[in-house]
This record gives sequence, structure tokens and C-alpha cells, in this order.
Amino acid sequence: MGPEEDGTNPMDEDGDGDAEEQGRDMEAWEKAYAEDRSWEALTEDASGLLLAVDVTQQQRQHRRRFAASKGPRIQRGIIRYVFVVCDFSRAAAEADFKPSRMGAVANCVEAFVREFFDQNPLSHLGLITIRNGVARRLTDLSGSPEAHIRALRANLECSGDASIQNAIDLARGYLSSIPSYGHREVVILYSALSTCDPGDIMDSIAECKKANIRCSVVGLSAEIYICKTLCDKTGGVYSVAISESHLKELVLEHAPPPPAVAESAVASLVRMGFPQRGAEGTVALCACHREVKLGGGYTCPRCKARVCELPTECHICGLTLVSSPHLARSYHHLFPVPGFEEVSVQLQSMGKFDVLRLCYGCQQELPTAGSKAIAGVRLECPRCKQHFCFDCDVYIHESLHNCPGCESLVK
Amino acid sequence: MDALNATDDISQVVILLEANPYFWGGRSNGAHSTGPANFTFDRFLEHVLLFINSLHLLNQANRIVVIATGATSCAYLYDSNAAELSENARTARVSKKLSVVEKITQKLEDFMSKEAVYDLNQGTEDNRYSLLSGSLSMALCYIQRILRGPSPHPLPRILCLQGTPDAPPQYIAVMNAIFSAQRSLVPIDACIVGNHHSAFLQQATHITGGIYMKPPAPEGLFEYLSMVFATDLYSRKFLQLPRASGVDFRASCFCHKKSIDMGFVCSVCLSIFCKGQRTCTTCNAIFAPSKQPNPAAAAAQKRKVS
Ligand SMILES: [Zn+2]
Ligand SMILES: [Zn+2]
Ligand SMILES: [Zn+2]
Ligand SMILES: [Zn+2]
Ligand SMILES: [Zn+2]
Ligand SMILES: [Zn+2]
Ligand SMILES: [Zn+2]
Repeated sequence: MGPEEDGTNPMDEDGDGDAEEQGRDMEAWEKAYAEDRSWEALTEDASGLLLAVDVTQQQRQHRRRFAASKGPRIQRGIIRYVFVVCDFSRAAAEADFKPSRMGAVANCVEAFVREFFDQNPLSHLGLITIRNGVARRLTDLSGSPEAHIRALRANLECSGDASIQNAIDLARGYLSSIPSYGHREVVILYSALSTCDPGDIMDSIAECKKANIRCSVVGLSAEIYICKTLCDKTGGVYSVAISESHLKELVLEHAPPPPAVAESAVASLVRMGFPQRGAEGTVALCACHREVKLGGGYTCPRCKARVCELPTECHICGLTLVSSPHLARSYHHLFPVPGFEEVSVQLQSMGKFDVLRLCYGCQQELPTAGSKAIAGVRLECPRCKQHFCFDCDVYIHESLHNCPGCESLVK
Repeated sequence: MDALNATDDISQVVILLEANPYFWGGRSNGAHSTGPANFTFDRFLEHVLLFINSLHLLNQANRIVVIATGATSCAYLYDSNAAELSENARTARVSKKLSVVEKITQKLEDFMSKEAVYDLNQGTEDNRYSLLSGSLSMALCYIQRILRGPSPHPLPRILCLQGTPDAPPQYIAVMNAIFSAQRSLVPIDACIVGNHHSAFLQQATHITGGIYMKPPAPEGLFEYLSMVFATDLYSRKFLQLPRASGVDFRASCFCHKKSIDMGFVCSVCLSIFCKGQRTCTTCNAIFAPSKQPNPAAAAAQKRKVS
């Protein structure tokens, strides 16, 4: 597998792996049954005898469900700048979440950071902790998931009071300097039941609203009025977790770009470079750490400086450097494969499809009107008119995002 | 991944064969060939057929599929699974081996003649490209069928034998295929028989964990194929295989389908353009006139001015 800049999540980036997520706290054997639900497909006749499963009907159902689940096209490329605030006051030491609130928060933030960069390849994220009434920036806004996770793991202790005002003031300070096309957000994971602030928190909330910073809070104890106000005023979401898995679910809800934002965001054209990766085993001086590094590394196309990780800004000429495959992961949403149409049995019986005996994709034999040997539906691509089996239809539209027939034609 | 099991060294190899008549200059007149000197299509095919036979010899249970990547179409040429089904179980191995060669040459003959006719009729500049996105997509569909089949199934991998340069219009489709291969843990290997490196296949091998190689001497193709690309996925862990000589991460611009290493990206839909523009032609977003976003660049520009 390639290194992490290509995204290590084997699942599709847009939550095609949702079933897995929800099945998290079931046993493996339970999951197999829960997902399959094969008993539901069984039908009885009048005398209570089981009837054979109708494959064709099942396949049609799956296709109907899939077509219905495809909502309006979501715009994915919003460039977000998010500070994640972890409340590590003494309330985080409580053990009502396992292993402790702090441990649960750390686990969730780790999962969130990975998911966030998978879904928002060009976005930036930073971490802030609250401890002893003071907010401290743990990591700068940057694009490297591993750096955030490392910093968080190295800073796991909790004490003192919590202060929402200090946290949002600190985050606002950093977020006010980001480019205008960026969308600013703060996500707070809050354990305490109170906030111990140096001034009037309402002023800070108003400042956030003015600076277009969307603040959301995931609580670990009970609903708190001031958190609700903060979220309401700034357009964020307030939720309170009741268990570890619920907490994770709530936190991960912040990974995809907020839908309302997609419309309001200011679009802009950003100049970017797509650096080449150096040969393994070469020695080069990197511009970011000013060190001699062995192997890998990327070369800025504008000034030829060497950087260690992507995405980043070139330390010499300031060009935004990204890995082009990272951008390409979302392109199938822009150019989706047209839905295939079922070929009716009537047309089949006219003998028109003699030549198309096999599925164009996988060479599997396709069902024909006459024979009962192969059950299921036969599908046609409206563009290239090639025929496909049900399995290929599912694979092409849910994972591959290419029609093999259309791709085998000169455009 | 699961550790040692019975199918560790049984492979399902899908070979994507460069069969672009424009590249090979036709089988009769090598004069117009854009391919490597002294290396005709017949020689190339000889090496590949030897390689296919040696894959069968390495492990009798190995399965092989060959798909032709042409300039105007793609087609399945050979499927060892289908061959086994159609033939009687206990025919002599010699005759079976012979039939592999015959089958492939026969199908290829048909394929190339169709390609050539098409070529004459609507010969365009685009014929210098082959339809890699098509054959890759077909290979992945086939592999999904194997993965759906009875377990334990052989370990699938794809080997691209490419000669023609990358086709920038195929950029998105090729990337889609690469990501899908990555998700199904299918490595894509690439052996370049032409004169150009392939940025597409460098990225494909890098992302899926396959091997990329451009043999310095195509006359020795069989050597490279059997020494490097014949190794099954399990054995690769123990071998010193050629290491990537860098990866070209150039993208194609959406406006002219040109390969670029620097460009402009729409912040909403991530479309790439080679020149600045007022609106996004993909998502219709209107771009706010923004100043250079980062101070470092501004500083660098100031320095240049003064
Ligand atoms: Zn997707
Ligand atoms: Zn460095
Ligand atoms: Zn630079
Ligand atoms: Zn199929
Ligand atoms: Zn099609
Ligand atoms: Zn262009
Ligand atoms: Zn756009």
C-alpha cells in the first residue's frame, strides 16, 4: 500500500462503508446476519411452504434502493480550516466513558483527524487543549494527520478548570488570518459542566459570529446553556454524547463539510503545484526541516525545493503543494457514470442480443429470455450500449465509477 | 491481510497487452512505428506468450487473463478459466500449452485487423494513445468476479504492458480505476515497452503497491517479465524487487487535457485548470478575485520586484 498521502482508508471516501461503522459494537457473527438479513427474502406460499428466492426481483430492489439513495450532487471540495478543542480539565478524568473521558476524546479525535483529511483533502486542521483554565494550541493549522495525532498522544493529562472563552478567543486569533476562501470552524469536545472565563463570553461569541467562525460542541456530560447559545449564534451544531460509540458518531458527523456551507462558501481559484516524488534511496536536503533526508520527498515544481510531506506550502516560494491523487479522489462525483437500464425480456426474445452473450465487464454469462439457467437482470449502458451483469452494475456505480464500455471507445 | 493460507502463491494475473497498431506500426511495415527500434509487435508477442506459459508452469493453478488495449477498442483475448472449462480435463498438457498460443494469436489477429480498419477510416491524432482506462476497468470488473467467487480465491493482480504515452483525456478514469484497485487491494504492476515513462502507471503502482519498471533493453523483455513480474504477491515480501525511480504526480487540466505540474484549482469542486479564469466550467462557481493567499508568496514576489 502506498504511504498515507494517498489516503489509507480502504473504504470509499464518501461513506460507502457506513454499514461497517454502525455495526461497530456487534459481534462479527451478529454482524454477518444483521447485514445480510437473508431471512427477510424468504417468502411463504399459502400453505406455509418456503418459496425459492427470486434473484431477479432482489436485484431490481437493490437497484431501486441505490438509485433512491443518490441524492443531489454534493460539493466536496470546500476548503475548511478547523480547530478541534479538547477539554482536558479535571472533569475529563471522570471514568463514565471508558477508559476515561479524556481517553475517549483522544480516540475520537484520532479517528476524526484521519476521516477529516480523507474527506477534505485540501483542508487544514489544528488542535487546542484546555487545561487549568488556559487554552493552549497543541498544533498549528496544517494538513498532516500524523503530526496532530502524535501531538495529542503526547499531551494526555488533565487538571483544573475549563474555559470556553479562552479556547474560542485563541482559535479566533489563528482563524482570522486564513485566506478568504477558507471556511472557518471550531469543534469543541467538552467534558466540564461549567466554564471559568476571564471576561464576558457573550462578547467572544459575538466576535466569532462576526468573523464567520462556525462553532460546534460535542458534550460529554449534560446539556449546558452557554454551549447551546454558542452553537446557535454561530450556526454550529450542539450535541451531547451518551456513550463511547455515540460520542464517536457525533464527532465523526463533523468530518464531511457542513451541507449549508457548500452553498455559502466563496469560491476561489487557488494556485497549486503537483510535486514529483523523488526516487527511493536518493539523498536530498529538505527545505522544511533543513535536514538531509534519505529517499522519498517531493520537489516543488516552481522552485525545485524539496519538502517531506504533502499537502504543505513550499517553504521557499510559498506555492501550495498537494498530491494530485488526493484531488482526484473526489472527481467521480463530478462526472458520474450514467445509470444503466434494464433490458426487457421482449427485446431479448427478438434475438437482437445474440452477440452480447457475455457481460462486457467480467465475461460472465448474461441471462437470456429463453434459458432459466442464469437468473437475474441484464443491463445496458445508455451511452455505449454494452450489456452488463448485475454484479458489474453494482461495482461500476458504487466503486469503480467508470463504464468499461464507454472507456473502450475513442472520445 | 490474512496470513499464510493455501492460496498464497496462486495468482490471478490479468495482463493488459499493448495492441495499438499505430504504436507498433502495423505488423507489415515497421517504418511508421512509434515503438522502440528493433522491437516489432511479433517479437513483443513472442516474449509475452513465453511469459504466459511460464506463469502456468510456475504454478499449475495460476489463472491468466489477457486483455488487448487498442487505440479504438479493448477486448478479452484469453481466459485460462474459460479454457479449462471448455477443454476435456485430461488432455495432454502439451496440446493445452499450444492452444494457449494459438488462441491468443488467433484472437489478436482479429482484434488487430479490426483496429487497423478503424484506423484507416477515422485515423486521428488520438490514435497515438491506447485505451488504458478501458482495459483497466475491464480487468477490475473481471477481478471483482473472481473475488465474489468461491473462497479461497487466487490472489489477483494486474500487469500493464504499455508502450504508448499517457492519454491526458483518460486522467480521471484512470485515477478512478486506481482508487478502486486500491480499495480491493489489487496491485497494479507496470512494464513500459515504449520510449516514454508513464505518469499514470507510476501513480498506479505507487498507490496500489505494485512494481513499476521500464526495461532498458526491450529485446530482453522476457527476462524482465519472468524475473520481476512473475513473482506472486506472497513471495514479493522476501525479494529485493526494483524500487521506484520516483513518481510523476502531474495531473491533467480539465480545460485542454494537458499534463501540468502547476495549475489552478477550483476551491469548490477541485477541478484543475491550466490558466486562471473567472468562473469554473465544471461547477459554475464564480471566483472571488482573491489576492495571493499566503504572505510567503507575496514576500517572494516583492523581493523579485525590488
Ligand atoms: Zn464515492
Ligand atoms: Zn523536511
Ligand atoms: Zn517552491
Ligand atoms: Zn459482469
Ligand atoms: Zn458505457
Ligand atoms: Zn488547460
Ligand atoms: Zn468548480
